Amino acid sequence: MRLSKIFKNTLLVLTACLVLSACATKKEVATDIKGQIQGDVYTGTDTVKYLADGVPDRVFFATNESILTTASRETLRAQAAWLRKNPGINVVLEGHADERGTREYNLALGERRANAAKDYLMTYGISSDRITVLSYGKERPVDSGSNPLAWSKNRRSVTVKAN
Amino acid sequence: MTKKILIFLFILIPINVNALIEVDITRGNLNPLPLAVSPLSIDEESRKSFEKILKKENIGTEISNIVENNLRTSGLFNPLDKKAFLQAPDIANLKPRFEDWNLIKAQALITGKVNFVDEKLRVEFRLWDVLAAKEMMALAFTTVPNNWRRVGHIISDKVYERLTGEKGYFDTRIIYVSEEGPKTQRIKKLAIMDQDGANNKFLTLGNELVLTPRFNPASQMVTYLSYFKNMPRVYLLDIETGTQEVVGDFPGMTFAPRFSPDGKKIIMSFAKDGKSDIYTMDLENRIVEKITNHPSIDTSPSYSPDGKFITFNSDRSGYQQIYVMKNDGSDVKRISFGNGLYGTPVWSPRGDLIAFTKLHKGKFYIGVMRTDGSGERLLTENYYQEAPSWSPNGRVLIFYRETKTNAKGEGFSAKLWSIDLTGYNERQINTPTDASDPSWSSLLSN
Repeated sequence: MRLSKIFKNTLLVLTACLVLSACATKKEVATDIKGQIQGDVYTGTDTVKYLADGVPDRVFFATNESILTTASRETLRAQAAWLRKNPGINVVLEGHADERGTREYNLALGERRANAAKDYLMTYGISSDRITVLSYGKERPVDSGSNPLAWSKNRRSVTVKAN
Repeated sequence: MTKKILIFLFILIPINVNALIEVDITRGNLNPLPLAVSPLSIDEESRKSFEKILKKENIGTEISNIVENNLRTSGLFNPLDKKAFLQAPDIANLKPRFEDWNLIKAQALITGKVNFVDEKLRVEFRLWDVLAAKEMMALAFTTVPNNWRRVGHIISDKVYERLTGEKGYFDTRIIYVSEEGPKTQRIKKLAIMDQDGANNKFLTLGNELVLTPRFNPASQMVTYLSYFKNMPRVYLLDIETGTQEVVGDFPGMTFAPRFSPDGKKIIMSFAKDGKSDIYTMDLENRIVEKITNHPSIDTSPSYSPDGKFITFNSDRSGYQQIYVMKNDGSDVKRISFGNGLYGTPVWSPRGDLIAFTKLHKGKFYIGVMRTDGSGERLLTENYYQEAPSWSPNGRVLIFYRETKTNAKGEGFSAKLWSIDLTGYNERQINTPTDASDPSWSSLLSN
């Protein structure tokens, strides 16, 4: 009887510990990224500019990746709709990488990211004649910080009006 | 821009002694050889003539300072304090009192003499084996006075070669990217300097972004990436005339250029539709060849010194790794298999090693491996560093490193560093501005 009571108490204490530690971990992560990174991709709006009302100018990528997230595809669909409405406007897609990579590889990675955005715009009816791709690699960060949040803002493809 | 320099060199007295002293350069700088660099002696009339032309009070001392500095920074020699020297420079050059030099523990002694002859600079120097009490080498040079620094570098190369059995690397230049301004709007210019940091010159004005300059091993041509008119393309620059031209006619970004060992081709990447492949262009007939054809990123190509193979960086396995292939693109083999990512492979001028940058767990390493990927050795670890370039004798690597400028980990500074192949003797090379992307020239004189 007494033994089982002790066991029960221990179990209770253990469970409490587990719950507490889980909370602590979650809290830590939350304060770290301030709700601005999801799965290594920047989801904030600090650096975002707008091509028109409701048309963000940039999409963000995970480290070493050029895959478009759901949010990025939504942004690019808005850009495509805006470009269809403004057939006289051409754009430059500027691809960028963060500073945590070798320079030459990052030039290629920036080109690959901008092309991922270009391909998506093309599937929504934008002619490739209207799109120029320009990679800056890691040469033009938007945030000069050296931390995961700054790097996530810098891994981007920005759509810029060419005319 | 820079005029070709003629230096007349002749051997004074061909003496073949069995040298007793020899420096083992495979062991690094654990026991640098103690040696004495006696100031080159100069007669008063010559001293005054050079002072008038070169604005240097004593050109003999200046030249020997260059020699002393080169030998010290190599990490293989320990030049002794001149205050301990007992014998006057002019007499030492005629006949050293070996017991005096032995007393201060010098194993080798360099002496010499400078003269002003027919408006020219005439320098003779001798290398002595103190223990064997014998002359090892004697050479003389005649050149225009403005070449005085190069004379110091050539003497250093001759001494290095005589004592180590391998060619030196002092009469060389470094081309690099000078950096200024905030990280988000960095201004970058091509710059060139002597290997020891002297004679720094800017080659571009900073109006457009420039990256990754590389010397032609066979001449003083340079290839680099410029964002001229916002179109990133590979360019060719003749540093003697200042002429620039774009390499090839590609409908997109060309980057990561290097010369072939004979200097006749440029190898580089061309990026299109999210893929980067490796191409070569023959500089004589302008014929372009596609070397790799893969949906991945293939970049940072570098030829083996015999031109038969190419090492390059590819993410075809999913992440950046180092590969080797034949010069026609066949027989592709992955050679890097350690933990982490590998980039910027550069083939050693000796042919036996490939230097690289490695990224692992948030750290950057400069390392070397054999050309089959075996024997990986990491020479230096830091927060951020990359882009090794070999000294022409394959003994030293120069690279660049970014460091934080305050304790909170904010701010940054980019500088050039060199390290011996053994992993010893890491040194910062002073540049007037921040600096990156260094490339080492061949020896200017042979």
